[in-house]
Amino acid sequence: MTSLPTTTEKKLGLVIDLDICVGCHACAVNCKEWNTSGHSAPLTDKDPYGGDPAGVWFNRIHTFEVREENSNGRTVHFPKSCLHCEAAPCVTVCPTGASYKREEDGIVLVNADTCIGCKLCSWACPYGAREYDDSAGVMKKCTLCIDKIYNETLRPESRVPACVSTCPAGARHFGDLGDPDSEVSKLSAARGGYALMPEQDCKPVNRYLPPRPRKKEAADIGASAEVRAKDGNLEGAGLLARLVDRVLSR
Amino acid sequence: MHPAKSVIFFTTASGAGYGLLIWFALFGLLNRMPLDRDFALVVLGVAFTLVTAGLLSSTAHLGHPERAWRALSQWKTSWLSREGVAAILAYLPMFAYGYIWFMGIQDRNLVAVVAGASIVLSLVTVYCTAMIYASLKTIRAWHNGYTVGGYLIFSLMTGAVLLTFFAHLRQYDMRDEVSAAALLTLGVGLFLKQFYWRFLQTASSPSDIGTATGLGGPGKTTLLEGPHTESNYLMDEMGFRIARKHADKLRVYASMLGFVLPIVLIVMAVFLGGWVEILCTLFAVAFCAVGILLERWLFFAEARHVVTLYYGAARA
Repeated sequence: MTSLPTTTEKKLGLVIDLDICVGCHACAVNCKEWNTSGHSAPLTDKDPYGGDPAGVWFNRIHTFEVREENSNGRTVHFPKSCLHCEAAPCVTVCPTGASYKREEDGIVLVNADTCIGCKLCSWACPYGAREYDDSAGVMKKCTLCIDKIYNETLRPESRVPACVSTCPAGARHFGDLGDPDSEVSKLSAARGGYALMPEQDCKPVNRYLPPRPRKKEAADIGASAEVRAKDGNLEGAGLLARLVDRVLSR
Repeated sequence: MHPAKSVIFFTTASGAGYGLLIWFALFGLLNRMPLDRDFALVVLGVAFTLVTAGLLSSTAHLGHPERAWRALSQWKTSWLSREGVAAILAYLPMFAYGYIWFMGIQDRNLVAVVAGASIVLSLVTVYCTAMIYASLKTIRAWHNGYTVGGYLIFSLMTGAVLLTFFAHLRQYDMRDEVSAAALLTLGVGLFLKQFYWRFLQTASSPSDIGTATGLGGPGKTTLLEGPHTESNYLMDEMGFRIARKHADKLRVYASMLGFVLPIVLIVMAVFLGGWVEILCTLFAVAFCAVGILLERWLFFAEARHVVTLYYGAARA
């Protein structure tokens, strides 16, 4: 049924650290690699080596430039995949019940056998998490690697989504955001993790950790007192230097 | 939003069909329908054809049309599902109405029940169609009161223009009343659309690039590099943009063809009479059809989706 569960036992999701994402797109590539033979296989590519390639991806990495006062702009790499919303509008608009949210872990999935390919769910999603597969005639989306995270033939440390296990910077974290004592919940709380477009009232589960404030002073990156003194810092300076500083500072 | 031909045809054709059925039933209720079996069956037949062609067309954009029946199951939450259920229910009084006329049944109470059910179920179906769009928070141009108002009034309007043609074609007494209904709905429709376009100038989504990324609002945050070099499904479906200058021209064409010219032609038909009135109302139908198709194309083409915020738009 496309009625949403009132509560889910877990709220599995991702915490994505925008401070350390280096924008290498490895998460998108490994997502594609795993999922093209997974639950929603295949992630069809059309004309992949031709002049007009197009294809289904569950994870895409956008890059933004953020202008800051008294500073140069900074580049922020921004991976985006399904946020497995608590109040997922893609689920409730589905006319067939193909789109559903699991009660046990909160993962939002599409049943490819009952999807009619009306695309309404992709209109209802603010985040662009759903992509239509032209060749299969059904909607596809991030499964949070449901066929990997519960896969007992894999080593326990591999039972995380493909995007998380592949991230070389450790910018992606996976866990139960419904449990305040989980590693991901604690990480999100400590770093001021936020939801995307809260005003759309979808209650997304995934959290984004904001880039840390830029380090502008020498001391911020551990410069010694000697180096800092050269930059107008009087700590450890001699009596004459202090006097000259006072005169010149008038 | 990408203006899909099948959906444009579906909403306009089924809207006109339900509108025609509503006016036919209303004049029947008021006992103003001529007792002409052929006329009644032709009008009901046209309404049935428009509704059915529209509904069939709507399945043309599905990835799996053969599974369309599954769309009737989720009426508890989905407006698309509700629309399907309502459309099927609306066939019942339509068929009953046809049967009554075909058999020449003169029971006033029976006609009243069937006509009343036709009106209510037609209105409910058009309302559900409008709510599919109006319920989408992601699209500011649709998530407002004009959507439901527009779909209802344009359905009544196109239905009234059609019935005006049929009434003038057979020179029935009630043709002035039908013409008045057409003129009234055309006038209301014209004003509603102008107010809607004025609303669009200032309406903006509560979401912008700042809320979408959490990094800073318009002017502070800009897309530096997209996720890929080519287009994708999201950009084709949700990122459709129409040039401002083209939109302005098309609005004028839609207003002239869909509303102003039909008003002029129907007024001419009322005063001129004879074969000229038939010609005038026929042209009113033709212009109105083209105009309402343009209006519906713009309804999609001018609508902006918040997902574009991730692809370079600062506001949606």
